[in-house]
Amino acid sequence: MNFWIIQGLNGLAFGSLLFILASGFSLIFGLMRIVNLSHGAYFMLGAYVGLSAIEAGANFWVAILLGGIAICVLGTLIERFVLRRLNGQPLAQVLVTLGIAFIIADACVWIWTGDPRPVPMPAELTGAFRVAQLAFPIYRLFVIGVAFALAAALWFLLERSRLGAMIRAGVDDLAMARAMGIRTSLLFSAVFCLGSALAGAGGVLAGPILSVYPGLDTDMLPLALVVVILGGVGSLLGAFVGSLIIGFIYSYGQALFPDLAYVILFLPMVLVLTLRPTGLFGRQAI
Amino acid sequence: MMRSSVLVSAAVATLLVSASLVEAADNGPLKVGFLTVRSGALAAGGRQMEEGLKLCIDEHHGEMAGRKIEVITADTAGQPAVTKTKAQELVERDGAQVLIGPLAAFEALAIDDYIRQTKTPIISPSAAAEDLTQRKLNPWFVRAVGTSAQPYHPFGEYAAKELHYKKIAIIADDFAFGHEIAAGFQRMFEQNGGKIVQKLWSPLNTAEYGTYITQIDPSVDAVFAAFAGGNGIKFLSEYKNYGMQKPVLGSMTTVDEGILKRMGDEALGVISAGWYSAATDTPTNKKFVAAMRKAYGADPGYYSVGAYMACQFLNNALEQVKSDTSNKEAFMKALRNVNITDSPYGPVKIDKYGQPILDITIRNVEKKDGRLQNVVIKTYPSVSQFWTYGAEEFLKSPVYSRDWTPAK
Repeated sequence: MNFWIIQGLNGLAFGSLLFILASGFSLIFGLMRIVNLSHGAYFMLGAYVGLSAIEAGANFWVAILLGGIAICVLGTLIERFVLRRLNGQPLAQVLVTLGIAFIIADACVWIWTGDPRPVPMPAELTGAFRVAQLAFPIYRLFVIGVAFALAAALWFLLERSRLGAMIRAGVDDLAMARAMGIRTSLLFSAVFCLGSALAGAGGVLAGPILSVYPGLDTDMLPLALVVVILGGVGSLLGAFVGSLIIGFIYSYGQALFPDLAYVILFLPMVLVLTLRPTGLFGRQAI
Repeated sequence: MMRSSVLVSAAVATLLVSASLVEAADNGPLKVGFLTVRSGALAAGGRQMEEGLKLCIDEHHGEMAGRKIEVITADTAGQPAVTKTKAQELVERDGAQVLIGPLAAFEALAIDDYIRQTKTPIISPSAAAEDLTQRKLNPWFVRAVGTSAQPYHPFGEYAAKELHYKKIAIIADDFAFGHEIAAGFQRMFEQNGGKIVQKLWSPLNTAEYGTYITQIDPSVDAVFAAFAGGNGIKFLSEYKNYGMQKPVLGSMTTVDEGILKRMGDEALGVISAGWYSAATDTPTNKKFVAAMRKAYGADPGYYSVGAYMACQFLNNALEQVKSDTSNKEAFMKALRNVNITDSPYGPVKIDKYGQPILDITIRNVEKKDGRLQNVVIKTYPSVSQFWTYGAEEFLKSPVYSRDWTPAK
C-alpha cells in the first residue's frame, strides 16, 4: 500500500513539473503553430537566471519572478525579430528554434561554466513531511500545489478572460480573428511572452529538484514533446492530463518495470500517435 | 613536356616539404594532441582536464627532458564521431606524436582502432572502462587513472570488515562505468560476508531520483551510490529531502571534488573510495592542491588530477627515452614503464597491461577549512586492477556488467 501511495505522490510531483514545462510549449504551439524547440533551453536558462539571482541575494520567490521575466523578454524578442520573419515557413521556424537552443546551451556553459549546480530551495520548504510510515519532501508537495494553481489560473485566463477569448479565436481561425479586428501581432507577442515566462519560471521552480547543468535542456525538451503529443497540441486540458499520465507512468513504470526505464515514457506516445494522431484532447495533429 | 616538368617540380616540392616535416618532428617541439570537451554536457570535466594539463605543462615550463612541448587542443563535444574526426586532424594535419585524452570511455573506444592503425601513443586521463587494460588490450594505450572498479574491490571489503555492514542496496548510473563500479564493490563485499540485496539502475539522464529513492529497501544497513557527472548532486540532496537516514557510501565520482564544492550539508558523512583525494596529506599533494587552488580557485578532482598525471606520465617517459620519440616502439615501452615514486596519487607503477597500480584511499566527507573535503580515513597501498587475484584468474571471468551477479 505504501508503495502505491508514495510512488503516486512521486508521479504527481513529476507530472506537476512536466505540466509547468509543457503548458507554455502547448500554448505557443496552439496559437502560432510553432514547434518551439528552444523551450527546453528557455527552461534551463530560466533556472540559471534564478540561480544567479539567489546567489546575488534575492529570495527564492523573487528569483522565480526574475527567471520568468528574463525569459519572457528573450522569447518576445526572438518571436519579433526572428520567428516573425519566417512566417508561413514552419520548417524554417522549427530549425531556427533548434539553432537558438544550441546557442543558448553553449552560452550557458560559457557564462555559468559547465559545473552542475544545485538550486537552493527556500528554507521553509526543506525537509520531509511525515505521516505514519511515509515521508515525502515538502517541496514536492508545494510543486504539486503550484501546478494545480497554475492550471486553474491558465484555465481562467483562456476560458474566462478577454485575452483568452482572443487567443481561442486565433487558435480556431487566425484569418477570421484578424478580420474581426483582433491585433494578432500583439497577441502573438503576448502569448510567446507568457509561454516563455512559464518555461523560465518553471526552470527556477524545478531547480531544487532537478538542479541545473548543461544538458538539462535536452533532457527536458523530449518530455515536453511527449506530454504535448499525448495530450494533444494546443490543448490546456491535454497538457494537464498528459503531464499527470506521464508522471504516473514514469514513477510506477520505473519502479515496476525497471528494464523498460528508457522507453516507458515513449510507449504511450507511440500508441497515441498510432491510434489517435491528434492526441487525447487535441484537434490537430502536430 | 611542360606539364611533366610541373609535375616533377611539384613532386620534388612535396618531397622537400615532407622531408622537412620529418626533420622538424625529430628535433622540434613534441606535439601533444589533447582531446578535451568544451561544449555540451561534459564540458565541466573537460575544463578541469584542461586546467590540470596546463598546470603540469607550466610546472615544467613547457619543456620536458630538454624538449619543448607544444599542446594542440581539440574539442570533441563529448561525441564519439567528433572525437574520431578530431583525433585524425590532430595526428594527420597537426602532426601530433602523442595524444592525451579523450574524456569519456565511449570516446576512447571510438578511436581505439584508429590508434592501432596509426600506432599513435595515447595516454588516457579519464576514461576508466575496465577492458581497455584487460580483455581488449591496445598496445598503444596507457591509462593515467584507475579502472572503474579498481577502488571498489578494497571498498567492498572495507564496508563489510570495518563498517560491519551486512546488507547494502546499490543505486548506480545505468552505463558501463556504473555497472563496473557496482560489480567490483559487490564482488568484494559479498566475498567478505556482506549481501547486496537490491540493485537499482537509473538512466544517466534520470530527471529526478524520487522514484528510485523511495524504492530503497528499508531493511538495508547502507546505500552504495555510484554516480558520474552531476548526478551525485541531485541524488544526495533529494536523498536528504526524502528524509532518508541510512548512511550513504559513494563512488569516487559521487562526491568528486569537482562537484563537492557545489554541495551542501547533505554530502557530510558520505564515505567513498578513490585513487585520489584533494585532502591527501602528503607534501607533494599539498603543493599540487595549493597550486591548483591558486590558479583556478578550487580543489582538483577526478578530471584535473587525471590530466595532470597523464602529463606527468609523458614527462616520465620522455626522460626515459631522453626526449627522443623517433622510435615509437621504444617511446611506447617507456610510457608503459612509467614509475613515479612521488605524485599527488602517491607512488605509481604501471602493470604489464598499461594500467597504473595505485594507492586507494577510503575518504569521508567532512567540513574542513570552511569547505567540504574528502578526508582520508584509510589507505590501501599499491592496489592492482586485479585486486588480490592473479591477472589470468581475473581475466577468465567476463568483464563486469549490469548482470554480473544479481542481487539476492
